[in-house]
Amino acid sequence: MSIQLTKTATSNDHVERKAVDSKGDKVVAGVSHTMLALWTLMVLIPLGWTLLSSFKTTKEIFASPFSLPAEWKFENYINAWNTAGIGNYFFNTIIVVGFALVIVMVLGAMCAYVLARYVFPGSRAVYYLMLAGLTFPIFLAIVPLFFILKNIGLLNTLPGLIIVYVAFALPFTVFFLFSFFKALPNEIAEAAQIDGAGEWRTFFQVMLPMAKPGMASVAIFNFLGLWNQYLIPVAINTKPENYVLSQGIAAFAGQMGYAVDFGAMFAAAIIVIIPVLIMYVLFQRQLQGSVSAGTMK
Amino acid sequence: MTQATNEVRSGSGVVATARRRRKKLTFDKVSFMAVFLGLPLVIYLVFVISPFAQAIYYSMTSWGGFDNNMPFVGLDNYVKLFNDDVFMLSVRNSITLAIFLPIVTVILSLVLATLVTIGGSSRGQIKGLKGAGFYRVISFFPYVIPAVVIGIIWAQIFDPRNGLLNGILTAVGLDGFKDYAWLGDARTAMIASMVVIVWGFVGFYMILFIAAIKGIPAETFEAARIDGAGRFRTAISITIPLIRDNIQTAYVYMGILALDAFVYMSVLNSTGGPENSTLVMSQKLFSTAFQKGQFGLACAMGVVLAAITLLFSALVFLVNKITGGSQDVSE
Repeated sequence: MSIQLTKTATSNDHVERKAVDSKGDKVVAGVSHTMLALWTLMVLIPLGWTLLSSFKTTKEIFASPFSLPAEWKFENYINAWNTAGIGNYFFNTIIVVGFALVIVMVLGAMCAYVLARYVFPGSRAVYYLMLAGLTFPIFLAIVPLFFILKNIGLLNTLPGLIIVYVAFALPFTVFFLFSFFKALPNEIAEAAQIDGAGEWRTFFQVMLPMAKPGMASVAIFNFLGLWNQYLIPVAINTKPENYVLSQGIAAFAGQMGYAVDFGAMFAAAIIVIIPVLIMYVLFQRQLQGSVSAGTMK
Repeated sequence: MTQATNEVRSGSGVVATARRRRKKLTFDKVSFMAVFLGLPLVIYLVFVISPFAQAIYYSMTSWGGFDNNMPFVGLDNYVKLFNDDVFMLSVRNSITLAIFLPIVTVILSLVLATLVTIGGSSRGQIKGLKGAGFYRVISFFPYVIPAVVIGIIWAQIFDPRNGLLNGILTAVGLDGFKDYAWLGDARTAMIASMVVIVWGFVGFYMILFIAAIKGIPAETFEAARIDGAGRFRTAISITIPLIRDNIQTAYVYMGILALDAFVYMSVLNSTGGPENSTLVMSQKLFSTAFQKGQFGLACAMGVVLAAITLLFSALVFLVNKITGGSQDVSE
């Protein structure tokens, strides 16, 4: 062990000698870079091509997959936004995802907090119920869910969609935050209560603010999951004026058999990608951090 | 009401009774538990758990959906399913996906993650490749793109006449692929669909494995290097055994996703593809329920799907356990 340590230390002392990488190193680095670059291209080319095609006319798209547009048609975006109804779907999505996200974060944090801090009869059962929700496929639930919503009159409405989003995002939220609240020192909550704070106040003014980093990671994942959700809206939200983006663009692309505006369809795809791209650029570090955190359990 | 006030009063005396707070039921505590636990739980039970339970019951009725007439038929639906060739084909397709998607995705992302983490110099400290951050950021991005959009983009790439793929292939001289319908030919439709799903998820698992590999202490790698292990040997004998549990997690996640695959499959080939070659269980379930209105039968399909999903996870855990699990590397 000590020999190892000295070795590391020595090589640390002579950092400048790294310049003389062996031939093998260069080959390995070269091969690695080539393979990774190839994969990067695999990722970028389809996206770049979509972006390029979103500025072409349908005729140009038919003529050649590579050609540059004769003129950059920004009208495609306007057509997608207005004619194809993407604008309307966009607002529906913002409303649904916005409300669902706030509600599920609040409810999920509350539930996780109670489960993490108190032992009460049935707390194990609640935990296992949440686990069941994570394990079983949504497809098993989708038919009864349709009729539950129908019976309470929320079928094909945005509130109905919101509440279902909340319910299905809840187990993930609770699980992630559970471990987070569990890790927070109990003494702080006790100190708050000795200082006279009730349960409500302890949670909202002391414990919740401490859980902010965890809340942020879960919120990002929930945002992506809900923004990308497709099956639930397709099953229980079938009125075209209530469509969310994912089902709206699928419906738009589904009419492709009839002469449809291909340029506008590519533009619609770009419009759907832009919000997640912004999220990605803003929270890229946090997102990758939470993926790593999730694996360490 | 008086009771409530009493409770509030005893609540204010909480300082004195802090030691035995578990026994005192104050209004503060009761309302807190009711709202904090009760509210989420009610929503969860009504919209998640009860549908699961109802589905199992419905699967034993020949319910048509729009009246309350639910004739109980026992296991008839299941018998019907096992005699339905199209459904059995969809089961086979789903299982094909569950076998191949995790293998391909895990291997590809593991290779990329290994290149990123131990592709650097073999002298001095163990470190990753230069520019690794760039590769990570780009590779991870498809994971955040909505699956529907991924499907739409790739359906266009595979398009026989205006698609990017055939454009590239004919440009490099492979004229045989002119007008070849990747998604319209039963020989390639399934493979093409798999490529799309792999494309979407490799980056995610790559990040997951990179994080896991970085969690291995550097001394372990250094010891291996001093013992004369090259990079390949290190990857096979050190890295993979040590991140075995992460690989198992990835495998299970990817398999569960493959057994669903609804979004990708229905966007790429909405009717199940040529000769139903890409029809998966989830698609069959959806059309049985919402187009044909055979809700009892659809619920039975859901139960079969759930059973296969659980079986798959159990199998992966079992195989991992039998082949050594994490015991042989516990330091």
